Amino acid sequence: MIFLDLFWTFFKIGLFTFGGGYAMLPLIQSEVIAHGWMETTDIVNFIAVSESTPGPFAVNISTYVGRITAGISGAFCATLGVVLPSFLVILIVAKFYERFRSSRIVEGAMTGLRPAVIGLIAASLLSIGTTVFTPAVSTRWLPVAISGCLFILMSILSFKKKHPILIIALSAVIGIITGYTLGL
Amino acid sequence: MEGRLLSDLFLTFAKVGAFTFGGGYAMIPLIQREVVDQKKWISNEDILDVIAIAESTPGPIAINSATFIGKKVAGTKGAVAATAGVVLPSFLIIIAVSFVLEAFQHIKAVRYAFWGIRAGVLALILKALWSMFSVCNKNGVSYAVMALAFLLVSVLKLSVILVIVICALLGILYTQGKKVRR
Repeated sequence: MIFLDLFWTFFKIGLFTFGGGYAMLPLIQSEVIAHGWMETTDIVNFIAVSESTPGPFAVNISTYVGRITAGISGAFCATLGVVLPSFLVILIVAKFYERFRSSRIVEGAMTGLRPAVIGLIAASLLSIGTTVFTPAVSTRWLPVAISGCLFILMSILSFKKKHPILIIALSAVIGIITGYTLGL
Repeated sequence: MEGRLLSDLFLTFAKVGAFTFGGGYAMIPLIQREVVDQKKWISNEDILDVIAIAESTPGPIAINSATFIGKKVAGTKGAVAATAGVVLPSFLIIIAVSFVLEAFQHIKAVRYAFWGIRAGVLALILKALWSMFSVCNKNGVSYAVMALAFLLVSVLKLSVILVIVICALLGILYTQGKKVRR
């Protein structure tokens, strides 16, 4: 039952993600690829789409995966799944707020979780990097070298705090120009 | 009166959902402007609580913040209204975008564009990783957990969920141990 599978998978993803931004990426990558719903390349493409459209990455990616695998009802199930754990946990925490804030267990768990998320994203970066620099379009070395240069250039811009949308737009333009020039 | 407040919560968070790019922390300034300055539903100090809570509970920051503020302002119904509000714009936009992507992704120019974009996205992830690293605690335990999580997933191919559970337990054991030693 695809709808239940989507709901449950995204429920797990929502339940085990701590922190904002790309914290969800390692889980999305492992769960969505394991189900065969998307490949690494599609996920990377979608990150660009998500950065260029409003709203949280979590909602964007769950809606998208649900929609392409099981239509609009699928999108609804996946999004409900990703939202529900946060929603329920917050309702409970809001009641016991003071106790939650001074809890040593919560503090301890966060001591482990904060650095864990960094290690996990580093692992995602490595596996995504491997996919990006593996020549899928062509077996020639030139496209790989250009990808590498593009990555270095965009990293410099990114560290200079240029807006992600600018970085995506520039990469797209350079991608189109090199694609046609080299006839990839 | 209650209906008015609920629709107000829904619309305010729909606005936040529709106008923030990148999600998560990018939403906090807009939430602050709308919810604290405009509507005066909660105070500036409450916002700090919201961030602290959102960070230490599972799930995306945007959803956590919306649910928490909705609950504080108008109870469980308020939580539903605010959460639905923050989700709906993304949901509708992505449904629309998914059809556009399906229609255009096989065109040559689009494929080339995404080929370039993937290198750019890699740079964005690197930057995000660096930002998270620079605000994280710099001590032996932190570095050890980072390395452990990385190796367990990259080399031993353990499941991400299992690694998250292991690291949370290690953190709990460590803080409890520190308490006992004191």
